[in-house]
Amino acid sequence: MAIAEQKLTSVSPATASSGSFPWRTWLATVDHKKIGIIYIVSAFVFFLLGGIEAMLMRVQLGTPNNTFLSADVYNQLFTMHATTMIFLMVMPMNVGIGNYVVPLMIGARDMAFPRLNALSIWLFLGGGLLLYLSFLTGGAPNGGWFAYAPLTQVQYSPTAGMDYWILGLGLTGIASIAGALNFIVTVLNMRAPGMSINRMPLFVWMNLVVSFIIIFAFPTFTVGSIQLLFDRQFGAAFFNPAQGGDAVLWQHLFWFFGHPEVYILILPVMGMISEILPVFSRKPIFGYSFVAFSGVGIGFLGFIVWAHHMFGVGMGPMANAFFAAASMVIAIPTGVKIFNWIATMWAGDVRLTTAMLYAIGFISMFIIGGISGITLASPPIDLQQTDTYYVVAHLHYVLFGGSILGLFAGAFYWFPKMTGRLLNERIGKIQFWLMMISFNITFFPMHIVGTEGMPRRIYTYEAGMGWDMWNLIETIGTFLLAFSVLIFIYNVLSSLRNGEVASNDPWDAATLEWTMPSPPPSYNFLHIPVVNSRRPLWDAKYPHAAGDDHHGPSSAPSQVRYEYTDEETEGAKDIHMPSLTFSPMIFSGGLTVASLGFIYINKDILGLPTRVAALGFILIGIVMVSIAIRGWILDSRKDSPYLSQHH
Amino acid sequence: MSATSHAHDEAGQAPLVGSLGVDSRKLGLWAFIGSETLFFTALITTHLIFYARTKADLAAKGMLEHMDPKLYLGIDLTTILAAILLASSLTMVLALAATKSKEWPKFRFWLLATIVLGSAFVLGQVYEFTHLYHEGLKLAPQYVYEGETVKSLFGVTFFVMTGFHGLHVTLGVVWLIAVYFKVRRFAASPENPMDVELVGLYWHFVDLVWVAIFTLVYLI
Repeated sequence: MAIAEQKLTSVSPATASSGSFPWRTWLATVDHKKIGIIYIVSAFVFFLLGGIEAMLMRVQLGTPNNTFLSADVYNQLFTMHATTMIFLMVMPMNVGIGNYVVPLMIGARDMAFPRLNALSIWLFLGGGLLLYLSFLTGGAPNGGWFAYAPLTQVQYSPTAGMDYWILGLGLTGIASIAGALNFIVTVLNMRAPGMSINRMPLFVWMNLVVSFIIIFAFPTFTVGSIQLLFDRQFGAAFFNPAQGGDAVLWQHLFWFFGHPEVYILILPVMGMISEILPVFSRKPIFGYSFVAFSGVGIGFLGFIVWAHHMFGVGMGPMANAFFAAASMVIAIPTGVKIFNWIATMWAGDVRLTTAMLYAIGFISMFIIGGISGITLASPPIDLQQTDTYYVVAHLHYVLFGGSILGLFAGAFYWFPKMTGRLLNERIGKIQFWLMMISFNITFFPMHIVGTEGMPRRIYTYEAGMGWDMWNLIETIGTFLLAFSVLIFIYNVLSSLRNGEVASNDPWDAATLEWTMPSPPPSYNFLHIPVVNSRRPLWDAKYPHAAGDDHHGPSSAPSQVRYEYTDEETEGAKDIHMPSLTFSPMIFSGGLTVASLGFIYINKDILGLPTRVAALGFILIGIVMVSIAIRGWILDSRKDSPYLSQHH
Repeated sequence: MSATSHAHDEAGQAPLVGSLGVDSRKLGLWAFIGSETLFFTALITTHLIFYARTKADLAAKGMLEHMDPKLYLGIDLTTILAAILLASSLTMVLALAATKSKEWPKFRFWLLATIVLGSAFVLGQVYEFTHLYHEGLKLAPQYVYEGETVKSLFGVTFFVMTGFHGLHVTLGVVWLIAVYFKVRRFAASPENPMDVELVGLYWHFVDLVWVAIFTLVYLI
């Protein structure tokens, strides 16, 4: 396969850079695997930044009346911690793994729109960097991640922080919508022959569902934040009650996006778990259709429960009853998934690899978070717990105990495919147990202090409220948690160098990505496979067991190959892959620069020079975008499927 | 289509028509239009919420005529603008028809007509905005009508909503111009019909949004 790769790279002259690290092939890449890795690495860096913010907050809260952080810095930290973990860590990490794995799972050579894919990654990075730039330019966003009005009005949040928040998240929002459109078209339109919708791996299913959630949920957030920007920059007063605006309108616009957002964070991870559990239980997933359609059900229900975040507003008993009932209904499809996962392991030949441990950890922690979620869906209980640490405990059990433990499962599972080396299992298991224990030390006491009335988002508290011991324990837990992340980093770095070399299929898995070399060549499949069941690779490896269930595999085995002769790999050089291009990066850079200008267009800092500079930034941004569009059109012609039929 | 089926064999999947039987770019654009529908729904809903409040306020004070958009916004100009935009949808369809029958001079004529009509709409809107601004309707939570100041978010929601629609029309004009030059430069390229169809799809959607805004803001 190395031969084939050399031949391939020599096809594309742009890859012939001679430096030690091929920067050009990464910065101008349109390969879904490289883009996926850029997503994963940058999301991990943001994970560390968000973690550092969390630790600073825990140090401050470790003892009562602490003066380690000021109230203002604390506000910035909790806003940035949540914004980072949600928009810059879990979302892009899901997108990154999806980017890498989904085209491989459905038997495609790339995403449907490779250049749009590159645009998404650079826009995401531009937005993330813009958000973090705010720390250096007078203060980070400080209005909380749901940015409640009128606290975010300019008279209460006078720094430019919230403007950075609006425009930074605006850029990552465009990236998300572009990425979601790409996933929708890829999954619906790029499947290999025989890969019908009801044979798609469940990870692909969940990515499809999430992509639809993204394109329908993000626009209301975009509109809300545009209106907030007009309030702050031009005195529009959409959300300023003193001038006739409506603060609750913001909450509706925000949570109409914000609640589906939590499914955007969790559903892809549920998809990962649904891939990992069957492989390490040596059994097909129990109730494939139930798992798939309960994901669709969660996607739909997610759009009619947003106001359960707003019981404290006082919407009246009818609205409260409706949103409470709808929220509790979500427990049904979620419960269906959990029982299906447990039934998948039941009587299976369970192999407790690190990935499997994390998957089981996901299920158990998610159940705790789910149960506390059901309690919060009940308005009388919610009114008692709103804005207390009980809510903080709940959301960390679903987002850390759920999403992040699941992402670690995915990391251990797909790391060998992405890098060609296995992560160290022994270190991985130690890290798993340390993380599980320290996670519970950190977050379980929050249930207790929450029910005892400790409000969230306070930067300090008086001694003797009964919270001192628990807070100290939580802080100690945070440091253990951070240590377990350090162990993971060590594991990644040492395994990249000395780890066990991964075969095509180190886990004896069932889906198409394991038919390819680890890591796969740029064109993915030498011959596009023909799929005849939900488990094409298991069918190929164990033909006697193929068709052994009632769920639809036909008697014909899938045509899956993973060994090729040298002559065959020689033929790979005829596979046309999209050319390298810098246009998506220039486009994203232009939008980022223009956004930076927009932040200062109406700010009274240094008077006229600031506005002139801001206008200059906007103009530079427009010029960059124009150049990029021209380049994009010309680049797209190089690879147009309409024009490249003459090999 | 033999060239296509050759590519199909080679890549394992047809580049033009995917496993769903639709062109990928068209599928993506439809999904995008779905997303944009929610975008405009949120803007229009915001407008209607504040509009209803202002109306109730003014009715209580017996000043309801202050809210009649037919008097206030000047229905004549916007009716002409609406007619212009609807006409541009017709010229867009004619341009696409000319592409499919490969009548390039005709195509260029109708696409240019679409560009001119679209630009006329944008310029008309710029004129309307400046006119209203001088009349006293501003991006501020109150406006002046016949010397009286009315506390209302009408100006705010009106300008933001119609402004973002205007921005979409402007981007549509830029896209039309890009397609015009691309087709002129690479005449007879097999991608042309799809390029034109895509921009047409977007253009009709933007028109449709205007129909909704025109009805809800100016007529009702």
